[in-house]
Amino acid sequence: MEYIILAINAILVKNILLAQYLGNCPFMGVSKKMETATGMGMAVIFVITFATSITWFVYHYILVILQIEYLQTIVFILVIAALVQLIEMFLKKLAPALYKALGIFLPLITTNCAILGVAVLCINNEFNFLQSLFYALFSGVGFLLALILFAGIRGRFEISFIPRALQDTAIALVMAGLMALAFYGFLGIDNSLQALMMK
Amino acid sequence: MNKTISQEFLKGFWEILPPFKLVLGLCPTLAVTTAVENGIGMGLSTTFVLFFSNVIISSIKNLIPKKVRIASYIVVIATFVVIVELVMKAYFFSISQQLGLFINLIVVNCIILGRAEAFASKNPIYLSAADGLGIGLGFTLSLILISSIREILGKGTFLGMQVMWDSFEPFAFMVSAPGAFVCLGLILGIMNLFPKK
Repeated sequence: MEYIILAINAILVKNILLAQYLGNCPFMGVSKKMETATGMGMAVIFVITFATSITWFVYHYILVILQIEYLQTIVFILVIAALVQLIEMFLKKLAPALYKALGIFLPLITTNCAILGVAVLCINNEFNFLQSLFYALFSGVGFLLALILFAGIRGRFEISFIPRALQDTAIALVMAGLMALAFYGFLGIDNSLQALMMK
Repeated sequence: MNKTISQEFLKGFWEILPPFKLVLGLCPTLAVTTAVENGIGMGLSTTFVLFFSNVIISSIKNLIPKKVRIASYIVVIATFVVIVELVMKAYFFSISQQLGLFINLIVVNCIILGRAEAFASKNPIYLSAADGLGIGLGFTLSLILISSIREILGKGTFLGMQVMWDSFEPFAFMVSAPGAFVCLGLILGIMNLFPKK
């Protein structure tokens, strides 16, 4: 039950893109086409899950024991950068089809703040390993969901009339705002679920 | 030579003003601009990191092998971010609590890595320093602009002081996540009204 709430929370209520402001650069960058949006979303789910589980172990079994928690930022970003490289090499050898599908989005992911953000959030919220794993996985799913919905809406822009000044990024941002407003409504679900848990 | 330094410095204020003209670094822009104080804190932290990482990267650009350059840049940037993080916690504790996660996330702010790759790795130290300072201060000004609008409309205050009349009903939409997107989008639209040179 706890994990179901965690999942609903991560996908809908606290969507990393629309409620937590993480990963907005790729959100604006790759959402012009449906294929690129799907590719990026898949790559994020993949990397975010791996990265969070590894950084969790690194934090609890290396940094805490050596008492160098203040180096968290440097260590995490290095782990993520190395991991992305490693995943890229593995996929190239073992699953060329998947590698082709994810394509150029893998290297771009290192600088996606959603990855580092979720890794740090799991530490800050003092999640245990299983909770971190679930939280990361479903955050990734939330990212994919928002990205695909947004790419769909953005496709409609091409056939609609938009004032010249608002074209491209400006209208996309306003649209993202309206989408965030829709996701804001899910806050009610969270409250009722919490109440259900209490019973 | 003086002219080029001032040119590199000034271009960050309009020509490629982040995050409007250079659509990078959106996450901190959206997340921390609920209050002017946070906007200033975030802007100056980013400026500090941008300035020093630009200087260091520009001075060691010939020592870094091409293949591992991105990783090396990230290590340099992360070092300065840790410095900022510790200084903020020691001297500006309330702001560091407010900014929270987003101080760590300066590491992955694409503006910084973007400038390192596009500018500091190709230009001499003094130009990179001017570039870092200019872009950083431009970013700070943008953050102050957005956070002023959001704080005044959303809470009726400016830097914590009451500025709107008493019967003013705070426009809570502006300080929430959806308001951030809409506000940024509209400012971008207004800026686009001015034609490019």
